[in-house]
Amino acid sequence: MTQTRTITLTVNGDSVTRTVPVRMNLADFLRAELGLTGTHVGCEHGVCGACTLHVDDAPVRSCLMLAVQADGASVTTVEGLADSGRGAALRAAFTARNALQCGYCTPGMLASALDYIDTGGSADRAAIREHLSGNYCRCTGYQAIVDAVCDVIEGRVTA
Amino acid sequence: MSVAKPLPHDAAALHVTGRARYVDDIPAPRGTLSLAFGLSDTAHGRIVQLDLDAVRAAPGVVDVFTAADLPHANDVSPAAHDEPLLADGTVHYVGQPIFCVVADSHLAARRAARRAVVAIEPLPAILTIDEALAADSRFEDGPLTWTKGDVDAALSHAPHILEGRIEMGGQEHFYLEGQAAFALPQENGDMLVHASSQHPTEIQHKVAEALGLPMHGVRVEVRRMGGGFGGKESQGNALAVACAIAAMRTGRPCRMRYDRDDDMTITGKRHDFRIDYRVGYDDAGRMLAVDFTQYTRCGWAQDLSLAIADRAMLHADSSYHLTDARITSHRLKTNTQSATAYRGFGGPQGMLAMERVVDQIAHALGRDPLEVRRANFYAAEGAPGYPQTTPYHMAVEDFVLDRIVDELVESSGYHARRAAIAEWNATNPLLKKGIALTPVKFGISFTLTHLNQAGALVHVYQDGSIAMNHGGTEMGQGLFQKVAQVAAQGFGVPVETVRITATDTAKVPNTSATAASSGSDLNGMAVKAACDTIRDRMAAHLASEHQADPASVRFAEGMVHVGGESMTFAEAAWRCYTARVSLSATGFYKTPGIEWDRIRGTGRPFFYFAYGAAVTEVVIDTLSGENRILRTDILHDAGASLNPALDIGQVEGGYVQGAGWLTTEELVWDDKGRLRTHAPSTYKIPACSDRPPVFNVALWSQGHNRSDTIYRSKAVGEPPFMLGISALLALSDAVAACGPAYPALDAPATPERVLMAVIRQRDSGG
Ligand code: FES
Ligand code: FES
Repeated sequence: MTQTRTITLTVNGDSVTRTVPVRMNLADFLRAELGLTGTHVGCEHGVCGACTLHVDDAPVRSCLMLAVQADGASVTTVEGLADSGRGAALRAAFTARNALQCGYCTPGMLASALDYIDTGGSADRAAIREHLSGNYCRCTGYQAIVDAVCDVIEGRVTA
Repeated sequence: MSVAKPLPHDAAALHVTGRARYVDDIPAPRGTLSLAFGLSDTAHGRIVQLDLDAVRAAPGVVDVFTAADLPHANDVSPAAHDEPLLADGTVHYVGQPIFCVVADSHLAARRAARRAVVAIEPLPAILTIDEALAADSRFEDGPLTWTKGDVDAALSHAPHILEGRIEMGGQEHFYLEGQAAFALPQENGDMLVHASSQHPTEIQHKVAEALGLPMHGVRVEVRRMGGGFGGKESQGNALAVACAIAAMRTGRPCRMRYDRDDDMTITGKRHDFRIDYRVGYDDAGRMLAVDFTQYTRCGWAQDLSLAIADRAMLHADSSYHLTDARITSHRLKTNTQSATAYRGFGGPQGMLAMERVVDQIAHALGRDPLEVRRANFYAAEGAPGYPQTTPYHMAVEDFVLDRIVDELVESSGYHARRAAIAEWNATNPLLKKGIALTPVKFGISFTLTHLNQAGALVHVYQDGSIAMNHGGTEMGQGLFQKVAQVAAQGFGVPVETVRITATDTAKVPNTSATAASSGSDLNGMAVKAACDTIRDRMAAHLASEHQADPASVRFAEGMVHVGGESMTFAEAAWRCYTARVSLSATGFYKTPGIEWDRIRGTGRPFFYFAYGAAVTEVVIDTLSGENRILRTDILHDAGASLNPALDIGQVEGGYVQGAGWLTTEELVWDDKGRLRTHAPSTYKIPACSDRPPVFNVALWSQGHNRSDTIYRSKAVGEPPFMLGISALLALSDAVAACGPAYPALDAPATPERVLMAVIRQRDSGG
């Protein structure tokens, strides 16, 4: 139970080496070890989507991935997106559209939405709804979130 | 003008970059400890053995404590002193905290808690409404009854009578950020607590009691919550108190968060209700007499249940004038989580029963339910009979639903769509559609009248920047931004000039919970009062410099104009500072004109009503009960909105949450009193794919509050929740297309329940 392993991974562009408990999940690792608290946990068993981030450019639920599984991978959190400028239009659209209230779902929602946009998703509202259906938001009713994603795809916002 | 602008949420830029801090994100000093509770696995019983040696010996454990170790009060209840932090010999529900583990990490504390050896000798557990009634297990001595007119006489004369029962489930808040608290010991035995709480003053109060300190020894700070919805009004007390006690015992900072399963297992939810009704009506569907009996499971402790059950009674009329009414309320004590505040605070439950009644009357008469609704609406100003009174004898003077509904009927194409649905249903044997338009009239004010007060603290610095603090808490609703807009308006400066700081009991004392939708009404007024004080001082000084009349000094667009001179607001602030004018003020507000007697059910509990209406169209699969919302149209009255963008967000989110309550969100307890739906894997809140694909939401353009509220706006936190009632009644309408009977669909209308209703409906056709 207290077994540890040393891992090296890239987090938001920086190489990081740490010795971690083998059972520590990636979300806890980022939050507790690296202080990257923009990754939120809402359920810790893969349902709510709050912890979604990018590992090697694919969306991943970081509560379902162990830190040791990310050994050698490249992890991008919401802080990393902001620093790199990637997804700036989406952030601007989320702000302009009020696609957030309490904001707790926002980092995960951005990660899923960005994946949709960057893989060439169209401004088809049904498809967007389907793609985001694994990210819960208890506050907004989702309308503004779908609007924001459409705005970006249709070029109505630029960052 | 800052008010009425659709400005984004004040923290949007922080949220989209992941830099908004929630309680569990606050960087912890070295040595910070984490807490976990050990929970009861029995619904009711005596603790006969509590062996915590293995817990103490577990890796990382620093401290373990039980009720016997508490130095002072063992109570986290909001009012009745009936809710121990840790069970004191007897457990009252599955999930009740029995002991607390303090360890060097969250996981270490949780793992250690599992090692306890606890033996509980079971006592008879009361779980259901029927069991509670049989055992006369209740809060207060007996049911509370309010009457207006002579119900029995009116029933005996009514041309038609109908009777029925509706059962409606509770609801888990599912705030996305679970409960959390963080306590840091200070010098002199004082305690600083960060809490994810809608009610910092109560946290301060309970922590002070637990530590044996005066309230001035405890400071509570709340920057934001990741959602609250009522679930953080009292349910965060236990974590904050536990952290404070652990911090005092260990001398180290202590934090605690509930893992989602624990959160759902430990904390209270929306009250489930059973409501029986007996109603007399005439051929036009006008209600002549209404007799409601409401039963609710309050759980094991009183919490806020009395006020919640009161509000259910206060909304039993929904939007309809009743000449003769009786409302009886049973507040039942059960061995389950202590049910608590949840958006609407009992109002939705009271209202739903009435909407069911109206729907059933329409079915019996073969009329469009909308006609029956209109026939029963309160009289608007200028109409015969105005003003009419509620069952609690309050005059309804601001009724506007007739106009809102007219507009919504028009904009949603209600009549044409209803006709089209009837045609569609006639040719589709397997899929059936349904549509419903339901109104909302929701009373605004805390029904515990003394809570309708608020304070604020405003500073203008010598460089013209403004800092503002008030008693309201930010849980995502945009309160901070709205109140900042009020402050900016007061000084005629852009809203960026105003810094919004965390709610802090050291800055504004004795605050009420941010609840009852009252946040911007109360705090907006308090902030305005403080701003007015400072502005008047500034105006007096600047006017005296120019031998001008203070009333002629104008604050607008970042400038101050006085006696022909114009200067920036910053310059004006500097001048006032050097002239030794105080640039700091408190503000206070109390809602005028409200007073009532909750036992007799008479008076004016509400300052005003908020209104809205929704049309929902659904489709059901009659073979599986599966269903979808196809389209929703909403027109909602936010008065003269302080911020239309934020208000629209409240309306959209409120509707979806309300529809979730009545459709997919099902709480299931087993016969041992264990909540079996204690995680999102088994408890289904609406996802993005569940929201209506066509969702037309508008604020009513004629909105204007008759009562003198902050810039004539209306509260908007809770009222839209009840727009979700249209989803349930649309499902009922779809089921009604399967046979001649009235479906009497209970909530939540899960696919199973819809399917069973369809089968009953088909059988009713013979
Ligand atoms: S916290 Fe990872 S999916 Fe909910
Ligand atoms: S904004 Fe609160 S959960 Fe999405």
